Amino acid sequence: MEEGDVRLTDLVRSSGCNAKLPPGDLDSVLRSLPSFPDPAILAGYETADDAFVYDLGDGRAMLQTVDFFPPMVDDPQLFGEIAAANAISDIYAMGGEPSVALSIVCFPSCLPLSVLHDIMLGAIGKAREAGCTIAGGHTISDREPKFGLAVTGFADSGHVWQNRGAREGDAVVLTKKLGTGITMTALKGREADAGSVEEAVESMRTLNRKACSQARRCRIHAATDVTGFSLVGHASEMATASGVTIELSFGSLPLLEGARYAELGFIPEGRYTNEDFLGSKADLSALSQLERDIVLSPETSGGLLLSLPEEDAHLVDGWVIGHVSGYSGKAVAVR
Amino acid sequence: MKELDCRGLSCPEPVVMTKKALMESAELDVLVDNRASLENVKRYASAMKKAVDAVQEGSSWRISIR
Repeated sequence: MEEGDVRLTDLVRSSGCNAKLPPGDLDSVLRSLPSFPDPAILAGYETADDAFVYDLGDGRAMLQTVDFFPPMVDDPQLFGEIAAANAISDIYAMGGEPSVALSIVCFPSCLPLSVLHDIMLGAIGKAREAGCTIAGGHTISDREPKFGLAVTGFADSGHVWQNRGAREGDAVVLTKKLGTGITMTALKGREADAGSVEEAVESMRTLNRKACSQARRCRIHAATDVTGFSLVGHASEMATASGVTIELSFGSLPLLEGARYAELGFIPEGRYTNEDFLGSKADLSALSQLERDIVLSPETSGGLLLSLPEEDAHLVDGWVIGHVSGYSGKAVAVR
Repeated sequence: MKELDCRGLSCPEPVVMTKKALMESAELDVLVDNRASLENVKRYASAMKKAVDAVQEGSSWRISIR
């Protein structure tokens, strides 16, 4: 097989962050496991944060995260770039700087090795752009290709951003447009036009580095990034950890061109499991079906979601999509 | 009635197959066995201005598109 013959997205059942295990399934397993508190771990999985935070005791904290998934685009180098940007984003979402990473590779033996070379070349380039070195990794043979990184970053231990901390009156800012999961589902169905795909790919391969450095100039109360659990899912995690209600305005949401494909039924499966998991935590009753499909669909390598004082919001290139209010019985309401 | 069996398939394949089948036949029954396929095929058919109805048959659904 020649590399040009390979359609990576034809080799996989689901792609990108759409491939996440349903949130409810993961939650039930995590809750059934014993936990052994370590005083140096300032945030672990129980708070649903993007990375865990390990106090190094010298004023610095180490952040660690891992993320890998099947390809959502056919170009191996682009896939490597997107996978790296997506994995590294969890460090930025906590206000850290990525430092070193290990790659995680699942690769079918039937594919030309040049495909693997190009995936890793894309990842190395993107990591370098982030100031991060891929220093090793592990590769196994698998039917479906998958790629990602385990990333280590560092931050001042007093300035780590978490899901908790959003305050009543805060503005809520999103730094990338929505619709990557929907556009990639339409691409897999060979329905998406080239312009929509290019816009979504450009968004996914963009690091959250600039958004993070701009946000460091603000008083960030809470932060996360928007990936597989959807805008509403990640906003709900932030609201629940903070004991507040996040009120979003659909009309303020920035949308990719390709988000329109939801109307034709090109909607990632995760949209439905996200809705099941959220249950009554989100009030979406004011939205049309299409609007609900967009805010519940998984995103891949999405933007930062920030809760910060309204007067700081202009310091970040992004969109003010709502605000934080006192808890009113729902974690998230979208109108 | 033309019948399209999309059981065992995951999205977006059932939508793509429904689209192709509707080019050849204005009326169609589509069989699916998961919720995402059910919802997505219904959305596609509605966007094509079709009348859509779905009934559960055991662990799958029959979506009638008219």
